[in-house]
Amino acid sequence: MAMMSKKTRKTITDPMWDNNPISLQVLGICSALAVTVKMDTAFVMSLAVIFVLTLSNTIVSLIRNFIPSKIRILVMLSVIATLVILTDQILKAVVFDISKQLSVFVGLIITNCIILGRAEAFAMGNPPRKAFLDGLGNGLGYAWILMAVAFFRELFGAGKIFGFQIIPEAFYSMGYENNGIMVLAPGAFLLLGIIIWVQRAISGKVEE
Amino acid sequence: MHSNAYTIGFALAVCVTCSVILALTAGGLKPMIEKNERFDIHRNILKALELYSADSGMSPDAVESLYDERIEGFVVAQSGTIVPGKTPADIESDNGQSYLPVFARMDHGTVTGYCIPISGMGLWSTLYGYLALQADGETVMGITFYKHGETPGLGGEIEAEWFTSNFVGKKIFDDEGNLTSITVAKGAISKDVPPGKRIHMVDGISGATMTGNGINTFLKADLEKYAPFLKAVRNGQSPILQGA
Repeated sequence: MAMMSKKTRKTITDPMWDNNPISLQVLGICSALAVTVKMDTAFVMSLAVIFVLTLSNTIVSLIRNFIPSKIRILVMLSVIATLVILTDQILKAVVFDISKQLSVFVGLIITNCIILGRAEAFAMGNPPRKAFLDGLGNGLGYAWILMAVAFFRELFGAGKIFGFQIIPEAFYSMGYENNGIMVLAPGAFLLLGIIIWVQRAISGKVEE
Repeated sequence: MHSNAYTIGFALAVCVTCSVILALTAGGLKPMIEKNERFDIHRNILKALELYSADSGMSPDAVESLYDERIEGFVVAQSGTIVPGKTPADIESDNGQSYLPVFARMDHGTVTGYCIPISGMGLWSTLYGYLALQADGETVMGITFYKHGETPGLGGEIEAEWFTSNFVGKKIFDDEGNLTSITVAKGAISKDVPPGKRIHMVDGISGATMTGNGINTFLKADLEKYAPFLKAVRNGQSPILQGA
């Protein structure tokens, strides 16, 4: 980190907290609700988004001076769609079971507003190195929220973390039950709401 | 401002680059993806025939060798007779029009179950699965769905254990030997269905009536195609033994 200037560091840390794509900009909510029932799907989804976002930002930034402004959104979407299909194919070949659980949501990364948003708002106007860091930062910002939601959903919904039983059998025999709402989409809504609330309370962000 | 010719040229260049990259990866990864899909299908056939469960943690290689060991694939004609010398792999392109694949579970040389592919429209998508019957040709051994695009949590519940386990022990023929198929009820059968009919019905999924209706339609259609064969099995003519 020492070799980075303060400004560069901010490019990567800003989207983690002060300008988080999910909790501050409220983008990418669809997938945050859909794939967070279990930690392992959330993890693979996070990696996929980080991969696509970092590369799309870098590529768009590399060709930003050649893109005719009339068709820039189309060009960005082509780049993003190519990367997403690439990711989907790789997941199908390497982690087939998880790609089955993620089903359509990997394909839907194409429509994840974070990715097009960063390409248009940042990569079009910044050099590749900064765009790369911005993509990485936003990807990580997306990832940690996803993992946090998935952590609580899997823990309370199934008593597990990454598929390992955490809540001991003894609790169940004493009458403890898994919380059904955590497995369903409303559970993610509630958790996301709480996370946004806590995060904004700490960061002091006020909606204008 | 760029000229129109430049814009069109740039768009073309982007398209060509993207398609070349995608074509290359799709081509390169195809063998791996096909291997995974084949494994998934074999696993589902084994699961329907009660030879595999999801929490057994079996490795893909173990699944393949179990499949080779215990599953005997053969082909029946529409009339219900076995077509000698053909395997399900031979008729993949035939799409089940004139020949029908059957996967038999073998226990020490005897057939203990028959598994047939089922597929048809649900609400949003085509569902693919397998239905396994016991050696009597009428009692359900298991059912699986391995590919679908239904809404997770609603129609997607067809994959869930609680739904598929409802089929186990149900019968597809009535006492007179007429095909009844199995119907997904609306709601719980213990509440709304008279006891005599419950043997041909299973609990529905709340919020997924359309998916259930889809299953009813294609399950019946698929079983009708196999009816001559299954009736022969039910009447005690175990055709595969004569073939083998």
